[in-house]
Amino acid sequence: MPNTGLYIAFDIEQIRSYFPVLNRKVKDKPLVYFDNAATTQKPQVVIDALVDYYSNYNANIHRGIHSLAEEATAAYEETRDTVQRFIKAGHREEIIFTRGVTESINLVAYTWARTNLKAGDEIIISGMEHHSNIVPWQLITEMTGAKLNVIPVDDHGELMMEEFYKLLTEKVKLVSVVHASNSLGTINPVKEIIDAAHKVGAIVLIDGAQSTVHLDIDVQELDCDFFAISSHKVYGPTGIGVLYGKKEILEAMPPFMGGGEMIKDVTFEKTTWNELPYKFEAGTPNIADTVALKAAIDFVERIGKKQVRRHEEELLQYATEQLESIDGIRMIGKAKQKVSVASFVVDGVHPQDLGIMLDNQGVAVRTGHHCTQPLMNRFGIPGTTRASFAMYNTKDEIDVMIAGLNKAIKLLR
Amino acid sequence: MSELKSIAETEDEIVEDFSLFDTWDEKYEYIIDMGKKLKPLEEQYKKEENKIKGCQSTVWMISELKDGKVVYRAESDAVIVKGLVSMLIRVLSGHAPQEIIDAKLDFIDKIGMKQHLAQTRSNGLLSMVKQMKLDATVYLAQQASKN
Repeated sequence: MPNTGLYIAFDIEQIRSYFPVLNRKVKDKPLVYFDNAATTQKPQVVIDALVDYYSNYNANIHRGIHSLAEEATAAYEETRDTVQRFIKAGHREEIIFTRGVTESINLVAYTWARTNLKAGDEIIISGMEHHSNIVPWQLITEMTGAKLNVIPVDDHGELMMEEFYKLLTEKVKLVSVVHASNSLGTINPVKEIIDAAHKVGAIVLIDGAQSTVHLDIDVQELDCDFFAISSHKVYGPTGIGVLYGKKEILEAMPPFMGGGEMIKDVTFEKTTWNELPYKFEAGTPNIADTVALKAAIDFVERIGKKQVRRHEEELLQYATEQLESIDGIRMIGKAKQKVSVASFVVDGVHPQDLGIMLDNQGVAVRTGHHCTQPLMNRFGIPGTTRASFAMYNTKDEIDVMIAGLNKAIKLLR
Repeated sequence: MSELKSIAETEDEIVEDFSLFDTWDEKYEYIIDMGKKLKPLEEQYKKEENKIKGCQSTVWMISELKDGKVVYRAESDAVIVKGLVSMLIRVLSGHAPQEIIDAKLDFIDKIGMKQHLAQTRSNGLLSMVKQMKLDATVYLAQQASKN
């Protein structure tokens, strides 16, 4: 394939040098890290940001009058501005910091859904949701009497949109779907879903756990009502995530957790809430990881998502071709639009055995149901072996995995 | 028939077997081979109550008390797990409940398989060892109540 000028600028050796963990060995072999859909590795700038925070300006934020508190507050709030720009939100107060996508979804479930849904109402999710976008709604439907419906998935791993339209009636108050599937890689037509849902008056939450690192996110263009992000899947630290919500919806929502920071005035008779976004950020937040998230986003923007996407698409295509050439391998998830996830099963070989044997070659993949048991049931399998690629992966690494697979399959069968 | 080896002796034997291997590949080849050789469990035993359920693979295990000794049999849908459980059976099966309860099983660490004992691998060696010791404890209690 001819390289364009843009692609030449993408220097893979230089990119790899930003990630210290890539220098290590596993089982005496160079690490090949293909578990990026679970979490990405961290560039030095993110690690440095954490160290810098704790070394130089650790303090509790907001209300502090001293210099350290002011510096920490400024850094924390700068991340909010950065996230706002990163996902093109209209207002900075629409960015709520959470622990991750799971907490973001639960926040919406326990505030908006718990107070707005009643018996007779319906929620739509899809058949390829992570458990974190299934279980909160099951809990809420139990509390409210609302009903949970599921958009089925076809054999290619794509949503059956004609079924979605059948489910989409005036009864539907909320649609919550994943932007890109963690198990299959499928990129869902979320814009179409959002527009259709709005026509029946439903609000829409998009689970952006997998998509944010790969795709350009513009929440205003998408017009989604909520968008959930996980920092550690975007080269940032664990323990921090984002809930984007439209201002008018967030303002009408009751608080999630009560405590410090989220209040305006507290008396034993009546407490009033702080303004957005603080209403939803009770207690001392995860300051260090929030500060380092800015470093991660700056890093991703500096490298450029477009270039990375191009690189990852090439890796996915190469991996898929190589995998399909192995006898007895079946790819799970053949959607036309995919993020860089290659999920597969091998006839007569248990995924766990494959995972262990690949680990012996230094190759880190994920095996199992990937927290999407209903989806695995849909395909009639207990789980898959999943290789997921990031900006620092190479074709040579894919060759290592393929050689390891061939060897493992021969031994295991 | 030769005298049954003690648990510690069988452990030493396995450690010695593994000392012949230089690479991880060789170690796992050996485990896979043992897994393949493990006598399959009849279908009737592959039921929910015999399952040691974990995150990824399934292990079915049964045991009985024969002449004061615990005899174990097991199977798994994953070959490496089957190899690991076959080693445990080799070490523990045919011994008195108290010996099984007291077994240290440090051969697992010595042959480099400690990672399979991690808490996160809920279907790894740890849950199998726990189940085997639990069975032995039950048999011991039964024996005590009879006496």
